[in-house]
Amino acid sequence: MEVIFILIGLSLILAVTFLFLFFKAMKGGQFDDDYTPSVRILFDNHKKTTKNQPLKQKSNE
Amino acid sequence: MLNPATTEKTHCYHCGELCENDSLKIDEKVFCCQGCKLVYEVLSENDLCTYYDLESFPGESQKEKKGKANRFDYLNDEETAQKLLDFQNESECHVTFHIPLIHCASCIWLLENLYQIHPGIISSRVDFIKKKVQIKFLKEKINLQEVVSLLSTIGYEPKIALSHLDKKEKTGKADRRTVKRLAVAGFCFGNMMLFSIPEYFSEVELIAENFRSLFNYLNVLLAIPVVTYSASDYYLSAWNSIKQRRINMDIPIVLGIASLFLYSLWEIFAFGNAGYMDSLGGLLFFLLLGKIYQQKTFSALEFDRDYKSYFPIAVTKLVQNREEVIPLTRLEVGDVILVRDEELIPADSLLLSESAQVDYSFVTGEEVPVPKRKGELIYAGGRQKGEPVLLTVQKSPSQGYLTDLWNNESFEKSKDKLLEPLSNQVSGVFTWTVISIALIALLAWIPMDVSMGVKAFVSVLIVACPCALAMSTPFTLGNTLRIFGRGKFYLKNASVVERLALVDTLIFDKTGTLTDPAKASVSYQGEKLSEESKSILKSLVARSTHPLSNRINVWLGDVASATLEHVSEIKGQGIQGEYLGQPVKVGSETFCGVKNGLSVESGNLVYFSVSEVILGYFHIQSGLRAKAKEVVSHLENEYELHLLSGDHSHEMKSLQNLLGSDIHYNFQQGPNDKLQYIKKLNQDSRQTLMVGDGLNDAGALQESEVGIAISDRVSHFSPASDAILDADSFEKIPEFLAFAKQSRNVIKASFALSFLYNIVGISLAVQGILSPVICAVLMPLSSISVVLFTTLSTNFLAWRKGLLTQSKP
Repeated sequence: MEVIFILIGLSLILAVTFLFLFFKAMKGGQFDDDYTPSVRILFDNHKKTTKNQPLKQKSNE
Repeated sequence: MLNPATTEKTHCYHCGELCENDSLKIDEKVFCCQGCKLVYEVLSENDLCTYYDLESFPGESQKEKKGKANRFDYLNDEETAQKLLDFQNESECHVTFHIPLIHCASCIWLLENLYQIHPGIISSRVDFIKKKVQIKFLKEKINLQEVVSLLSTIGYEPKIALSHLDKKEKTGKADRRTVKRLAVAGFCFGNMMLFSIPEYFSEVELIAENFRSLFNYLNVLLAIPVVTYSASDYYLSAWNSIKQRRINMDIPIVLGIASLFLYSLWEIFAFGNAGYMDSLGGLLFFLLLGKIYQQKTFSALEFDRDYKSYFPIAVTKLVQNREEVIPLTRLEVGDVILVRDEELIPADSLLLSESAQVDYSFVTGEEVPVPKRKGELIYAGGRQKGEPVLLTVQKSPSQGYLTDLWNNESFEKSKDKLLEPLSNQVSGVFTWTVISIALIALLAWIPMDVSMGVKAFVSVLIVACPCALAMSTPFTLGNTLRIFGRGKFYLKNASVVERLALVDTLIFDKTGTLTDPAKASVSYQGEKLSEESKSILKSLVARSTHPLSNRINVWLGDVASATLEHVSEIKGQGIQGEYLGQPVKVGSETFCGVKNGLSVESGNLVYFSVSEVILGYFHIQSGLRAKAKEVVSHLENEYELHLLSGDHSHEMKSLQNLLGSDIHYNFQQGPNDKLQYIKKLNQDSRQTLMVGDGLNDAGALQESEVGIAISDRVSHFSPASDAILDADSFEKIPEFLAFAKQSRNVIKASFALSFLYNIVGISLAVQGILSPVICAVLMPLSSISVVLFTTLSTNFLAWRKGLLTQSKP
């Protein structure tokens, strides 16, 4: 049964990782616009492939 | 897709407007004007015609396009450009523009493919809901001014106003903070529930005893971020309200959090019991959830606009007969400025040119331009129509007749403080009752068992947690906000609903609010119009975008247009042409050469002449909005109605006939008079609701308890207000007001419901038999049932009122 100590530790680490990833995604602006991507996905980029700009915002300063 | 060739009348391939003839044609595609054709040319050159495949007629008509290529010159000004850019380094710049025109998938596609038109653009990204586009470009290849010109060439001119220079985007930050707090609370709550499972099934020996204490310590560990981080806003708010010697909803919440946390710590460390940490996590989780639900915002709308949002950021100044584009902030009294067609007059100034046509639709809601002569004072906020005019500035832009409104003290105070929310009124009673019950329980137990007394005391504080109480308000108001939004009535925030419910006096502006510029009544006097003259008129007025032309055009209805030659429009005067060799004219009395013109009490006259002989004239008056009469008579029974108008009082008779005499009519009200009028009503302790539309109502909208701005195009223009109402929903005003009242009743009912839970909980608590399990069950149960009750009942009431039918904006 002592294995439960390790399991609890692992599960907490996993959960904290997800929480951290969520924060990171939020900071990157992933949840700012929940409509446009749904339209954008339907465009075919037949010619020059659209450069997918990463969401990294270098902020205002 | 609609094939333009097969329809009887040809639609412009770009904007879908009806074309008068097929003269503008390329690649078998017909265009209504040069502007639309030009956009098509640019797009086809760059192989971007997918734009037209995604949606039919995706463009906006380019007829009213503002001329002059150098109008973006001010963007070359380093200081101005600096303020507009989001970010820049040695090679690239990022800038975000607000483009109100964004309306369909084609728009998104085109704007995100800008890099195919100009190699200097790295990428662009559209936010459809906010109608914004962020563009990244290379400094060496293209500058800011060229980017804006490029957007303008393809028909997407960004809106750049003075206010964009002052404030960078702040919205969303507050939202994010709460979401983060919720995420932490949710994370901890979920894990704490897992660790509390042995406690929930305490009869069953699930696992050995040593795990139990480990789980308890883990719970403590998880509770720390909840108490210190997630709950921090509540401490702040509670502390602020104590400082002001008032009790708001957050005080009992903090009391509950503190007693839950401290008592659980004591239980865990002193006795090795389980404590109530999971309930604490749940409490914060549900509270924050409610808070976020309430924070519904309509991100495409701006509620805090002042005059700066409408004013251009640059003006053309004349220095020794040389044109110079300067930022508005540097404009000084005495400067001579040049204002071109469709440009806004930025400051109160004297007219130097012979004449001007000023459209005050931003200010008063009346869109027919007012003629001005040399030497007359023109107030800021008007839009010049026609020839460029010269003006000399009399007052600085912030001190004008209209803009002076914003220096009034009523713009300093926040309206949210006006009314104590219902929940705060209840929470005072609630807090004192709970504390006294707890004390009574303590005193009652002390003679028998001191430790039981302490337990009962704390249990009461814990169980009487105001969770359900605190959640009924945000969920009811948040849901009401959404229902209003469906009916195209957009509130600034949830507290407006409560204020709306208590209103007892309604004040309406006349022009543009009760009257609808588009619903004009046109009457024709003179020689009877033959089919032939009708078709001449039709082709004349169809050339012009002047509001009066549009109205005559609508009045003429479906008439085939005649073929005319040499048609030309003199802006603000009229349109002339030749029909079978005879000159035909339609326009003002001087334009048509009327000697002794008629004078009318209200409205405008438009004359029609053939070969210099006047055939007759049109009398055009703005008409009442559809259902205005019904709305007024409906509201008369419950509210005191006032009407404010900037017009002369001779209209009173006709208005009284239309709307009845129970209304308090007030005429010749300037922007400041309107503000003072509301102030006086407020001092008579009336709860005022102002409905207005133009910038001249801005003061009154601000001073009233609830200011509703009415607008035909909600995302385009409206003065600062508490709520924006789409003009289509004008007739629903009585329903909206009634519904606001009902949601207040729903809040009251849900208070009763949560008191019921508290009575059950407290009766257990005073006997000292409260266990963590009961607490863990009671807390979410009460919260969820209150949320269900408020949501279902508001939706039911809205459904009964027919407010649930509209689609999203």
